[in-house]
Amino acid sequence: MAEYLIKNGFVFDPVLGIRGDQADIAIKDGKIVETNAITNPKVIDAAGKTVMAGGVDIHAHVAGPKVNVGRNFRPEDKLFGYKPRNGIERMQGGFSVPTTIRTGYNYARMGYTTVMEAAMPPLYARHTHEEMRDTPILDQGAYPVFGNNWFVLEYLKNHEIENTAAYIAWLLQATKGYAVKVVNPGGTEAWAWGLNCENVHDPVPYFDITPAQIVTGLIEANEYLGLPHSMHVHANNLGNPGNYTTTLDTFKLSEGIKPKSKFGRDQVMHHTHVQFHSYGGDSWANVDSRAREIMDYVNSHDNITIDMGQVTLDETTTMTADGPFEHHLTELNHLKWANADVELETGSGVVPYVYSPNIKVCAIQWAIGLELALLAKDSSRIFLTTDHPNAGPFIRYPRVMKWLMSEEAREQQFDAFKHKDKVIEATNLAGIGRELDLYEIAQMTRAGPAKSLGLAHMYGGLAPGLEADVAVYDFNPNEPYAPDDIEKAFSNAEHLFKTGVQVVRDHEIASNGNKRTLWVNAKVNENPQVMRDVKEKFLRYYTVTLNNYEVTGHYLPNPYVIEVDATQ
Amino acid sequence: MTRTVTDVICPFCGTLCDDLEVVVSDDEKDLLEVYNACAIGAEKFLHSQAKDRITRPRMRQEDGSWKEISYDEAIEYTARMLTDAKKPLMYGWSSTNCEAQAVGSEIGEIVGAIMDNTATVCHGTSLIAVQDIGIPSCTLGEVKNRADRILFWGCNPAHAHPRHMSRYSIFPRGFFTGKGHTGRKVIVVDPRPTDTASLADVHLQVEQGRDYELLDALRVAFKGEKLPDFVAGIPKEKIYEAAETLKSGRFAIIFFGMGVTQSLGKNHNIDEAIAVTRDLNEYTKAAIMPMRGHYNVTGSGQVWGWLFGFPYAVDLSRGFARYNPGETTANDLLRRDEVDAVFVLGSDPGAHFPFSSVKKIYDRPSVAIDPHETPTTEVCKVHVPVAFVGVEVGGCAYRMDNVPIETRKVVEPPEGMMTDEEFLGRVLARVKEIKGV
Repeated sequence: MAEYLIKNGFVFDPVLGIRGDQADIAIKDGKIVETNAITNPKVIDAAGKTVMAGGVDIHAHVAGPKVNVGRNFRPEDKLFGYKPRNGIERMQGGFSVPTTIRTGYNYARMGYTTVMEAAMPPLYARHTHEEMRDTPILDQGAYPVFGNNWFVLEYLKNHEIENTAAYIAWLLQATKGYAVKVVNPGGTEAWAWGLNCENVHDPVPYFDITPAQIVTGLIEANEYLGLPHSMHVHANNLGNPGNYTTTLDTFKLSEGIKPKSKFGRDQVMHHTHVQFHSYGGDSWANVDSRAREIMDYVNSHDNITIDMGQVTLDETTTMTADGPFEHHLTELNHLKWANADVELETGSGVVPYVYSPNIKVCAIQWAIGLELALLAKDSSRIFLTTDHPNAGPFIRYPRVMKWLMSEEAREQQFDAFKHKDKVIEATNLAGIGRELDLYEIAQMTRAGPAKSLGLAHMYGGLAPGLEADVAVYDFNPNEPYAPDDIEKAFSNAEHLFKTGVQVVRDHEIASNGNKRTLWVNAKVNENPQVMRDVKEKFLRYYTVTLNNYEVTGHYLPNPYVIEVDATQ
Repeated sequence: MTRTVTDVICPFCGTLCDDLEVVVSDDEKDLLEVYNACAIGAEKFLHSQAKDRITRPRMRQEDGSWKEISYDEAIEYTARMLTDAKKPLMYGWSSTNCEAQAVGSEIGEIVGAIMDNTATVCHGTSLIAVQDIGIPSCTLGEVKNRADRILFWGCNPAHAHPRHMSRYSIFPRGFFTGKGHTGRKVIVVDPRPTDTASLADVHLQVEQGRDYELLDALRVAFKGEKLPDFVAGIPKEKIYEAAETLKSGRFAIIFFGMGVTQSLGKNHNIDEAIAVTRDLNEYTKAAIMPMRGHYNVTGSGQVWGWLFGFPYAVDLSRGFARYNPGETTANDLLRRDEVDAVFVLGSDPGAHFPFSSVKKIYDRPSVAIDPHETPTTEVCKVHVPVAFVGVEVGGCAYRMDNVPIETRKVVEPPEGMMTDEEFLGRVLARVKEIKGV
């Protein structure tokens, strides 16, 4: 493989602790190496430019059944945005739910190299893997959902952690999954009867277990296994006024639990898209920001990481395994509604949504997301996401960076709101002058998520030995710049290397890369009870046979398996 | 000696049963017996063993007779036909695996083809309705485990999806449905007294073409508003009663078929059926599901969805993907003389398209890729026989509820026969050579 030397760039790397100093980055055999370890490199002149590790997205809905429902039922999402085939680039279409090809290219254009699919229904794992296979360039993994799974509900009702862990290990292997995802614990099972669980103590119909028991049990099982990532939760009561108390109640379920993982993470709970979970008030008329209460908690508790779920003020497509929420949303906006309940496992819904700057609530949501990041004491525990495509499409990350880095940009946006005064009154943002720097942005988009995923040994930094995922942006942080320059530069990486392959050259896609699919193979002691339960459920309740359930190798042409041994 | 292969997936209809057992000879060359399958599914497996099966490509001669050609010649003809055409139609894609569909899609991209699948004469109208109003649905296991109200509208699974009722909808005992069919109320809406209707608790014999009115009447009845004495030939008492039956269930499911998607009203019927389902969710839990026909028509919609963003009628001829049913649908294109070559794989338009469309296929350079001799192969210039997907080669297929299942290979294809995916892979390579990409 070719050797590269990226010379004289302004490097921002939390792993090495470099805050914009000029440094050289050397690449050999797909890894970052010491600059003296290469002999005849191609030299990339990065003088006057910004150099960072490849971006890591911890939470985006980019592949799988509900994403494809979004594509197929929204032809309007393709209007005006189609890109013809050109050179090595295949046809690309879609705005909020882009085709897989566009997903890969657009992340690469932003300098991202690793993207985790945030919710994989186990029964549809093959579909998710087929789409990831057809997404070029990116390293990807997918999180199977566990929070409404009948096995989990039955085991955790009696607090059977070992059995839950054995089942998780089996399901990760069967679906080639990466982490334990929990969406509206218990609530989606309740939705199978048209009901919901609205707080952490609201019992699940028939199963007689509470969301709190599910969350705590899954954290414990996750740590029993010592998985790379922590339990990754989307709590109950998403998107409702006054829901911040449910969020705090959910946070508190992690108290006193320490990580037990050799992958170097410090958290036992990752709470996703917290913007949607930080609302005060008791109706849409008086909804307000509770980002301060939320961040007070996060700032004082080290065993939690979160991501933003930043609203980008676009027309987009919401999609989640939180089935009851999507029904709630379609009642609210009267747009088309797709729902797909999945036997024994989960459910999901899809509804288009327009985040209009003319609507007060949308503007309040916008402010709350930014507040979360700006009130964070440690930028390496809060990650930049839009819960793509729920709060906005991922191509807006550079715009979010602009808002985070520039008070002027935020003021411009405030001025564009129809209900500016009401929004300012309901939020804290106008009183926050903080502007993040590129080091903090690198924490939020590289080092932080990589560490939280248990992948700090591969991604998120520029230290020798890490994967050679390196982005070069045409942005000089030492020269004066306008807010829009940030968005422009970070939307359009000048160069991008992915495991040592140059995939973007002079702002153009230069290679379809060497995409890998990450999954976690956790070894546990033989557990005859769980295997008997699995056989029984497949025989009696599933509509596919056990032997037709497992995702086989050919769906993952280039797998990267992370081995975990929990047999002790 | 023989060997029994278990958990075999049936590559016939959208029910995609995966519990078949197939007995094969020890050398895995002969398929001897099929268990658990319906009559149609069993026949599909056994038919692959026909001794008079065509195993080599053939080209039509001037005098109308066939001449055997090599796969290389067939690949060359197909690649030339597609690259020479200004606007080729690549139709079918429903009886093959997703792997082949993906390769075919890339060919379509390079040659600027129109890609259309069998939904165009089947559930395409349902797909349009979903684009209008969405679709609250579920997997078939949800029906098995929870549903106590089953409504079949314009479909006849007793004949078209023979194991649907025993595996998923009427008879199975699931987790919350331990009483099986005795715990379920079954309503059939059909102008004909079908074999499915004979199993129903209630048969609403709707007047032909009046489905929209009856669906609308149900919505009125849900709200307790006034109905005329008869709607669509059904007395209002029966409509109120049916509405009450649906509302009083714990979990209602509507299955619908060609009787509503391709009769008067088309996509508007489905709009209304989905609206009925949405309304029911105000009172209880309800879902709706199209009874997809071919075993992987659903999969072709999925593959095109993630590659192009549209489930059928995808026009790639301008270099980017467009979708405009009525304009970019196979029959409309054929009958308006807008396509100048026809490639068919995994479908039989010769049997299912109007004669006026079939004549256009006959008039053009045309290739049919199909394991069988069909009415389509009879009108095409070249016929390329291939291995049976799900019998002689595996690959992914999507059930009617979009659940993907990997089909199995149970026997070897006849010596030297190519699979869909292999053939398309070779055509793709040749097309790239010709186009210089």
